[in-house]
Amino acid sequence: MTGFDQELDASGLNCPLPILRAKKTLSSMESGKILRIIATDPGSVKDFEAFSKQTGNELLESAEDGGKYMFLLRKG
Amino acid sequence: MTEKKLAIIATKGTLDWAYPPFILASTASALGYDTQVFFTFYGLQLLRKKLNLKVSPLGNPGMPMPLGMDKWFPVIGTALPGMESVMSAMMRKKMKAKGVATIEELRDLCIEADVKMIACQMTVDLFDFTPSEFIDGIEYGGAATFFEFAGESDICLYV
Repeated sequence: MTGFDQELDASGLNCPLPILRAKKTLSSMESGKILRIIATDPGSVKDFEAFSKQTGNELLESAEDGGKYMFLLRKG
Repeated sequence: MTEKKLAIIATKGTLDWAYPPFILASTASALGYDTQVFFTFYGLQLLRKKLNLKVSPLGNPGMPMPLGMDKWFPVIGTALPGMESVMSAMMRKKMKAKGVATIEELRDLCIEADVKMIACQMTVDLFDFTPSEFIDGIEYGGAATFFEFAGESDICLYV
């Protein structure tokens, strides 16, 4: 697995909170740093793709494991 | 990339219909949109410092109720005193259990993200609201104020 600089646990949170928390965390990070996000909202898979496309924060990885979703975003 | 703009008119003051404007405004801000919400008529309830939003099953056959009540419970029963408060409390509990943000939380996120909130002056006067009842930082304006921003928006929604 790719390494990461910061982690955000958005487990149990529903739309749009995982995205909003991720945005908030990213804004405190430096460009190029990697944020790992854990979520349980199945809708977050599409939402993080869309978030990445619209904000220029690259989605490096999107994975699912037993109802948990994991995303790696590189701050743009 | 020039900043996109989202303009929303919020006209409803119930717990359920409070969600779309605040969810969309907060998310749009996170995506880099410049966002304004114009609150008019019952939507003004969403600007109150102390929110007391309710949801009503009355006149809303599409609202799922616990125990399949929406199928068998007589409509007139939903008009009984206290029913609205009971249903609202149940809805709040369900939302909390499902990890859905509270309206207060979403509204705070909107404020934090500099979403511009405008109260419709005409309806503020119509319902005798006073600015002290509303949260700080909002502006007051009319239809022309709305169009100044909405006319240049990329997305314009009426809720």
